[in-house]
Amino acid sequence: MMPLAQIAQISFSDKLETPSVDWAGLSPLLVMAATPLFFLTIWSLASPWLPKRTPSIVAALAGIGTIVAAAIQWAQLDGDGTTTLANAFGIDGFSLLLTMLIAVAVTLTSIFAWDYLEREDINSAEFFVLLMLSASGGIVMTGANDLIVLFLGLEVLSIAVYILAAAHLRRFESQEAGIKYFVLGAFASAFLLYGIALVYGATGSTNLGIIRDASAPGVLEDVGLLYGGMALLLVGFGFKIAAVPFHAWTPDVYHGAPSPVVSFMASAVKVGGFAALLRVFWATFGSLADDWAPMIFVLACLSMVLGTVVGIVQDNVKRMLAYSSISHAGFILVGAESATDTGLSAALYYLTAYTFIAIGSFAIISVASPRGDDATTIGDYRGLASRKPALAFGFTVLLLAQAGIPFTTGFLAKFKVIGAAVETESYVLGVIAMLAAVVGAFLYLRIMLAMYTGDDADDAVTGREPIPWSAALTIGITVAFTLFFGIFADPLIDLVNDASPPVLQAAG
Amino acid sequence: MELTSTWYLVLAAILFAIGTVGLLVRRNPLVMFMCVELMLNAVNLTFVTFGAELNDIGGEISVFFVLVVAAAEVVVGLAIIVAIMRRRSGTTADDISVLRG
Repeated sequence: MMPLAQIAQISFSDKLETPSVDWAGLSPLLVMAATPLFFLTIWSLASPWLPKRTPSIVAALAGIGTIVAAAIQWAQLDGDGTTTLANAFGIDGFSLLLTMLIAVAVTLTSIFAWDYLEREDINSAEFFVLLMLSASGGIVMTGANDLIVLFLGLEVLSIAVYILAAAHLRRFESQEAGIKYFVLGAFASAFLLYGIALVYGATGSTNLGIIRDASAPGVLEDVGLLYGGMALLLVGFGFKIAAVPFHAWTPDVYHGAPSPVVSFMASAVKVGGFAALLRVFWATFGSLADDWAPMIFVLACLSMVLGTVVGIVQDNVKRMLAYSSISHAGFILVGAESATDTGLSAALYYLTAYTFIAIGSFAIISVASPRGDDATTIGDYRGLASRKPALAFGFTVLLLAQAGIPFTTGFLAKFKVIGAAVETESYVLGVIAMLAAVVGAFLYLRIMLAMYTGDDADDAVTGREPIPWSAALTIGITVAFTLFFGIFADPLIDLVNDASPPVLQAAG
Repeated sequence: MELTSTWYLVLAAILFAIGTVGLLVRRNPLVMFMCVELMLNAVNLTFVTFGAELNDIGGEISVFFVLVVAAAEVVVGLAIIVAIMRRRSGTTADDISVLRG
């Protein structure tokens, strides 16, 4: 035994070796994570003297700040990218592009969320704080270079969204959505974690770079553990991105949760899930693509077919868009399945396009319904075009984009993923994707038909109230983005192609 | 008979399976949470076993992260349950079905 004095001396004299921190590289994450913490403190002390809309504005500014910080880091990126914090966090084009998407989701959602919360009488600063904290978890996921870091990011992202889904205290549907999302989300996290444990056991590390080197063909003698871990990881990611057969929660949660939360879930949570999936499968297990691609193939086919077919027979617009988001997840998986550079950039392009489309669609649903957030059946949308022509036009553009009509970003998104499938000669997947796109168009046409017919539908209740300017701003931005980059596609394609593949660095 | 690490891994797998089955068949939300906890702790056992086998501290450290996350999850889950129970006491998972699913 060492004398106590000697122990104290050692701990003071031997300086602990800490990893170097690239503060500038982490700045997008820091903006998004620190703003809510500081803001909550200031708000709890000074809220009587601040304008009521402050939380919404702060969240929107935090999103813009994150976008700016990410853009600066991207411009200064050294080669393909680098890792920091002892190789736990990667800073590369891939993570910065997806960071920007998550920040866009925060900005656009928080702009229109305030008036929704005010209308439903559930406004609170905590809503926006949780939104920002959740986004910071998503940003951790986009850059995670270590499975445990990835898991922590996923949990920060998810736990905040569980609360947000149940945020509408007067609607039982919202609480039901919260508990369903929570139970299934926690279930999925356990699977993901078991997958991490098995991969750790097989390769001896949770660092993605080391795992990549260890999982190269011929390195491991016994690959059983690794394959088991891979399958469990896919189950965990499948839940987060809402791919069939792990989609059971999606329609109920999208239906019950408050519309602004759904817009965040359909955009930022999905981006986080795909960031993790692409980084782990595309980049880390890239050399094992022959083994995992069939699994993704099955998920993609089932998601596209089931999301489309079941979505058509729904009679609630929120549930229809939930099923359509399932089928979109299938399309993005088509890009991931090809395991090529083309496939990666197709998947990233699809994610970018879909983020804006989803936010805009759910923003429209949130303002079309009157107080209560209940009137979301197809019948309620009858004659919306005669009451609110601009709103109906915006919804039409976004629905056409989801259907993949030319001159919208949705067309090129579908074109690119199918092109990636054809390039790797997975013609079956390409044909299924094309058929799903065609059949899926009927789903969106049903909503459009309802909006543009039934002028004298007195019992239809949507679009009776004036649209707040904040929602108009969000919807305007998303529609403008979808149309502009649908016609002038090159800048967005260049941006996505610049998002170089994820960089993985082995520790040590 | 010597207890090798395989025994611990098998025990963890059994615990994980019990948790999975429990979550799927039990209808009381609280018991469903306990099943999730069982699954997470089965993973913890796996981490510790691999950590010992690989002689790597990473496995043990992962357990601390998992414990913290599990605690945070329970806090949120119980809050949601309380919000539901206040409106409808004695709720089981079958009663929470306003939304068709």
